[in-house]
Amino acid sequence: MAETILEMRHITKEFSGVKALDDVNLKIKKGEIHALCGENGAGKSTLMNVLSGVYPYGTYTGDIVYKGENCEFNTIRSSEKKGIVIIHQELALIPALSIAENVFLGNENTTFKGVIDWDETDRKARDVLSTIGMGSEDLSQQVQNLGVGKQQLIEIAKALTKQVELLILDEPTAALNDEESNILLELMLNLKKQGITCIMISHKLNEVSRVADSITVIRDGHTIETIEKTDKAIEEDRIIKGMVGRELTNRYPERNSKIGEVVFEVKNWMAYNPLDSKRKVINDVSLHVRRGEVVGFAGLMGAGRTELAMSLFGKAYGKNISGTMIKNGEELHLKSIKDAINHKIAYVSEDRKKYGLVLINDLKWNMSLSSLASRFSKHSVIDSNDEIHLTEEYRKKINIKANSIEQIVGSLSGGNQQKVVLAKWMLSEPDVLLLDEPTRGIDVGAKYEIYTVINSLADAGKAVIVISSEMPELLGICDRIYVINEGEIAGELQKDEFSQERIMKIIMNHIGRVK
Amino acid sequence: MSNETTTMNQKKLARANLKQYGMMIALFFIYVIFLILSDGKNAAPMNINNLVMQNSYVVILSVGMLLCCLTANVDLSVGSVVAFCGAAAAIMVLDYHIAIPITFVVVLLIGLLVGMWQGFFIAVMKVPPFIVTLANMLVFRGLTMVILNGQTKGPLPQEFTQVGAGYLPQIFMQVGGTKIELLALLGGLFASVLLVLLEVHARRNKLKHHFAVSPIWQVGIKLAVIIGVLNFITIKLAFYMGLPLVLLIMLVLVLIYSFVTNNTVGGRQVYAVGGNVNAARLSGINTDKVMFWVYTNMGLLAGLAGIVLAARNASATPKAGDTFEMDAIAACYIGGAAVQGGVGTITGAVIGALVMGVLNNGMSLIGWSVDIQRVVKGLVLLAAVTADLYNKRKSS
Repeated sequence: MAETILEMRHITKEFSGVKALDDVNLKIKKGEIHALCGENGAGKSTLMNVLSGVYPYGTYTGDIVYKGENCEFNTIRSSEKKGIVIIHQELALIPALSIAENVFLGNENTTFKGVIDWDETDRKARDVLSTIGMGSEDLSQQVQNLGVGKQQLIEIAKALTKQVELLILDEPTAALNDEESNILLELMLNLKKQGITCIMISHKLNEVSRVADSITVIRDGHTIETIEKTDKAIEEDRIIKGMVGRELTNRYPERNSKIGEVVFEVKNWMAYNPLDSKRKVINDVSLHVRRGEVVGFAGLMGAGRTELAMSLFGKAYGKNISGTMIKNGEELHLKSIKDAINHKIAYVSEDRKKYGLVLINDLKWNMSLSSLASRFSKHSVIDSNDEIHLTEEYRKKINIKANSIEQIVGSLSGGNQQKVVLAKWMLSEPDVLLLDEPTRGIDVGAKYEIYTVINSLADAGKAVIVISSEMPELLGICDRIYVINEGEIAGELQKDEFSQERIMKIIMNHIGRVK
Repeated sequence: MSNETTTMNQKKLARANLKQYGMMIALFFIYVIFLILSDGKNAAPMNINNLVMQNSYVVILSVGMLLCCLTANVDLSVGSVVAFCGAAAAIMVLDYHIAIPITFVVVLLIGLLVGMWQGFFIAVMKVPPFIVTLANMLVFRGLTMVILNGQTKGPLPQEFTQVGAGYLPQIFMQVGGTKIELLALLGGLFASVLLVLLEVHARRNKLKHHFAVSPIWQVGIKLAVIIGVLNFITIKLAFYMGLPLVLLIMLVLVLIYSFVTNNTVGGRQVYAVGGNVNAARLSGINTDKVMFWVYTNMGLLAGLAGIVLAARNASATPKAGDTFEMDAIAACYIGGAAVQGGVGTITGAVIGALVMGVLNNGMSLIGWSVDIQRVVKGLVLLAAVTADLYNKRKSS
């Protein structure tokens, strides 16, 4: 049983100078379920992408020894040939194709010259589906009509048809409900009996300790430790400590909070999924922010933080939104994003390229975009002198490094792009700012500058909400933190209670309660 | 700002300007080539007059089409809508004897309603514009055939044809045996003075606010070229019949739409929607509303083009406006609009339309067949867009 099927040695992978993985070692025994745990961005997915050939050989350093053989995978296909199959968080299914077609996607049963043998396809699909307990499904059904849970199973069926020996699952239960998760976990244990080795990435420690034989904790691109499951259950506290136990250095500007009265308050906020109006995304959230206060939203990916912020921002996300929103003592009924902007609320999105900027336009146009009607025009004619003066003023104010305000935003670095987005929303003179991952994907220096901007916004008496997946960041810049999980407020921490372990514990307890 | 950065900005500005004028230079060369090939025929006063009149509808349509292109879409129905509106106008005037001014207003309203009808499906029902306008291309071509019973309706009274084939007030003068129209000459001079004054004003304003300005020699060359071309045209027109009415219509449209796209919130919103619809939406722009008005506007301009075309032909025919949508779309792309949306100017679209027009006209003059003309126009479009994309890739 103790035979090693896979060993990854000294894996180092850089993304434009930033080390995502730094000398990582991982050893997987044949026939075990091995869990990878770590914070968002710790490097788990990157490691699995290296293993499966998503990042080809040569773009990383280190060795992959699989079944005693040194492997150099250049494509996903080359790793699949060896029996290593990865199932990503975002499923790789074609929604409008049938179950049978999806199961054999890229691996079709052909007669000769690439003609598909449909009888063979159906027969084999039936076989493989019955091994995963889906034998009674209609094979000609379109995959988009299935629930996420069943779609996940189809992905596994797909892997099984490829003679999988090592199956990698990236957060397989993240989108599943309790019952669906159960089915999936049972299936994993079943596959283990059939001799298939499994690597699973998961945040859900209760699931990990239920099915995993060993756990490797990754943090900041390093392997911290590998914990073997002996007779005792694996202690969740130990995993959490391993996941977050990094030291806080002086990466955050000094903050002297001058906190005033409550300016923004939300009560019993509810929102439903716009695509599936029965699915509650935000459940009974009540929160408040005071003048000059920086409040953090902590939580795991998919906890509903972005959805919450966007639903508050003039219903930019969600359906059947209900609840009360009060700003400066006045109850607001925002109908549109424009409404929200007019009521001095701003939302800086988590994906600046997709949702924040018009990359082909210059700084000036981007910065004035959200306040064109309110600030830069009279009778809807733009005052271009005003526009140039004000955007130039803000460019200097928050130190955007660009040749001029007429430089195309797409040519700026990530940090400077983020500052353009911030400037855009500062120009709309908001009282309440919702900042969604304001420092994602930018370097440490630019981060510091963004923190400084956040501080000065708070000092100017604004109410600031920061969403971040980097817990140390929240601890470093916030006055108070709401921990959000599964669309609910799972807990609240005052500044003197701040610690990463506490946040993680609140999340884990909440997951336990929901289950 | 230090001197160094000033010169750097100026260099940048110069380069940007050069790119902007690239198509203008190409237009100039195309014209000169045909000037040589046709032994100067394409510079004859009557031909200049024809160039203006023949291309008026494509220019009118290109102005509206540019807004569609800015949103990364096209309108395939304009040719059919042009025919439909022209037919409606002819029927109202000839069959129902409705006064011509009322007819014009009603036909423009019909164009507007057609645009709203398309805008409704695009903005509210979220049907892709390509499909909506393709469907309406068939619908309105069919309706045109139906209301015209498949036959040409004409001749239209002179009061009607005035719009497409008439002239602004004329004052003729005999100079050494040739008849010269005075107002065309004066119009050209007046416009030249106005251009200089506007440029000076804009420059002063920029300097007052310490903004970067183009070097004076560049502005001088630019003005000299524009004034030269302008007076070349007006002088030639003076030797013929004076200023065509459609020239005024085009000029007014170009000025209005340049102003709208450059200086108004609505115009900026169209660019933002085309550049990144998600970012536009999250910046408080009602993107559906923008789409609705872009297509409504296109309908209105198609109505206007329908009137002008019927007027010039003195009749409405079931086949009128055939492939006009392709000319208008090609004009926008030749004029520098990006297929991905968010990039393009009204001036560019007009220049694109003129490139197509000068090509058409020149090839006709030297006797190339319509079939060959299509081949050449197609290749020019392909070359223009390829060159544009190639330049972009190289610079990025």
